[in-house]
Amino acid sequence: MIDTLRLTAEEASGLLERGEVSPAELHAAYLGAIEERDGELNAYLRTVAELDGEGVPIAFKDLISTRGVETTAGSRILSGYTPVFDATVATRCREAGLPLLGKTNMDEFAMGSSTENSGFGPTRNPWDPERVPGGSSGGSAAAVAAGLAPWALGSDTGGSVKQPAALCGVVGLRPTYGTVSRYGILAFASSLDQIGPLTKTVRDCALLYRTIAGRDPCDSTTVDLPGPVELPEGEDLRRVRIGLPRQMLELEGIEPGVARAVESALDLARELGAEVAECELPRSVEYGLPCYYLIAPAEASSNLARYDGVRYGLRVDEAWELDAMYERTRDAGFGDEPKRRIMLGTYALSAGYYEAYYGQAQKVRTLIRREHEAVFECFDLIASATSPTVAFPLGAKTQNPLAMYASDLLTIPSNLAGLPGLSIPCGLADALPVGLQLIGPQFSENLLFRAGHALEQALAFDAVPARLAGAAT
Amino acid sequence: MAILREQVLHVAQLARLALTDEEVERFTRQLGAILDAVGKVAELDLADVEPTAHPLDLVNVWRADEPRPSLAADDALANAPAREQGAFRVPPRRA
Repeated sequence: MIDTLRLTAEEASGLLERGEVSPAELHAAYLGAIEERDGELNAYLRTVAELDGEGVPIAFKDLISTRGVETTAGSRILSGYTPVFDATVATRCREAGLPLLGKTNMDEFAMGSSTENSGFGPTRNPWDPERVPGGSSGGSAAAVAAGLAPWALGSDTGGSVKQPAALCGVVGLRPTYGTVSRYGILAFASSLDQIGPLTKTVRDCALLYRTIAGRDPCDSTTVDLPGPVELPEGEDLRRVRIGLPRQMLELEGIEPGVARAVESALDLARELGAEVAECELPRSVEYGLPCYYLIAPAEASSNLARYDGVRYGLRVDEAWELDAMYERTRDAGFGDEPKRRIMLGTYALSAGYYEAYYGQAQKVRTLIRREHEAVFECFDLIASATSPTVAFPLGAKTQNPLAMYASDLLTIPSNLAGLPGLSIPCGLADALPVGLQLIGPQFSENLLFRAGHALEQALAFDAVPARLAGAAT
Repeated sequence: MAILREQVLHVAQLARLALTDEEVERFTRQLGAILDAVGKVAELDLADVEPTAHPLDLVNVWRADEPRPSLAADDALANAPAREQGAFRVPPRRA
C-alpha cells in the first residue's frame, strides 16, 4: 500500500528507482486517493487517466497550457478550451518523465486569495473543509496537503503560491522573476507572474525548481540561472543574517497565534546559529498593497482583452453583431473578480488618470525595490509570517474585496521587487497551519532552500492534516 | 475618491463589458472603496523617482532570426467558436 498522504516526491522517486513500485502503480495510487478524497475537497478540475512518463506524477494549476488537456484558468470563458501546444514548464516536466495527474482548481485567472473565485466551485482546505485553502493556487496546495499529488505547480503574482502553501501547511516557492518560463501560461499580470512549486518538503521544492528553471528562447523575460540548483543538505544556519521587518512584525491584523508560531520558528533559527535582528521596510508595507492593486489590474486589463469570443473559448452572439458579441461574451464569461480588476485597470490606465494612478504606482515600485536592496546590504534573508491569518472560513471575505486583498499584504512587497520567496510550515495556530516566509535577494534560491531545509528539519512539522492522519491510503 | 456611475459605464464600454444594472450598481460601490484605498499612492512625492516597469534590468533581448516550425493553421483554428475557409468567422460590425 502506497501512503500518498506521507510520501514525499523524493521518497516516491526512490521507490521507483529501486523498482519497489512501478510508475503505473504510483500514478494509480494518486488517482485512487483523488477518487477517495477529492469529492469533498474539489482540488482538481480534471484528472488524466493515461500514464505519460516513468517518473513521479505531478499536478498543474489550470493556467498551465497542456496539449490535448482542457485548460481553463478557472474561468467559464475558457470552458472547453483545449491547448494545441504545451507550456514550456509542461514540456520540461514531460522531458523529466513526470506524468500529469491532472489540472488543479484556482481563482479565476489567478485573481484571488481563497480559490472561491473559481468559475467551477471553491476548493476546500484539507485541514478543515469549512475553510479556504488560500489562493489562487489553492487546488495545487490542497492536493499536495491531502496526498492527492506528491508535488504540484502553481503560479504566484501577489502571493498565489506562498499564501496557499501557508494555509495548507505545505512548502511553496515563488522563484526570482525571470527564472521560470511563462511561455504557455495564461497571463494575469506579466511584470509579476511567476510559476512555482508546491511540495511537501524543501528538498522536493528544490528538485522541482531545478526541473523547471532556466532560460527559454520562447520567453524573452527569462534569464540564465547564475549557477546550478543545489539540493539542501545542511542543518544549521551559522552566519546567516535574518532581518525581521518591524512593520511586518507590528502589522495590525496579524493573528496572535500566527505571530507566536513565527516567533518560535525564529527562536529556533537563532538556536541553529542565525543572527536575527529587526530591519525596516516602512514604505513597502504601507504602500505595497495599493501599488500592487494598481499595477496588477492595469496589466490584467490588457492581458484579458484577448478573451473576446473570436479565437477560443466562450462566444455569446445572439445579436450577430461584433461589439455586442464582445461585450456579451465577456460579461457572461468572466466572474466578478476579473470584471472588477479589468475595470479598475482600465480606469487606472485611462486618459487623465494614467499618471496619478499607474505612473505613480510604478514609481512606488521603485521605492519598494530600493528599500529591499537596502535591507540586503545588512541581511542575507528577510523573514515574516507568510499570511497574517490562518485559513479563514469559506465566505468570510467574498463580499468585501478589500478584506480579501489584505490576505496578500506580507507577500506582495517582495513580489513587486522581483525577489524570490519561500513559505514553509512553521507550526499550528488553532489546529491550522502557519507559514513562515523567507525572502532573499534575486537569484538566492539556493540560500532559501538551505535555510528552509535547516528550519524544516528543526521544526519537524507534521504536514499531514490531523483529520486525515488516520485515513488508510 | 468616489467613482461615478457614468464613469463606471464609460470604463465598462472601454473594456467591452456589457454589465447588468445590478453589476453597475455593485461595481460603482466596490470600485469606489478600492480606489479610495489604492489612491493612497498619491500621498508620496515621487517627482524625482524613476518608474519600474519590470523587476529585472533587461534591455533589448535579441535572438537569431532562424526559421522554425510554427502552429499549423488547422491547430490555430482548432478552438475557434466559428471558422470558415481557414479563417476565424465573426459577426459583422454594424455602422
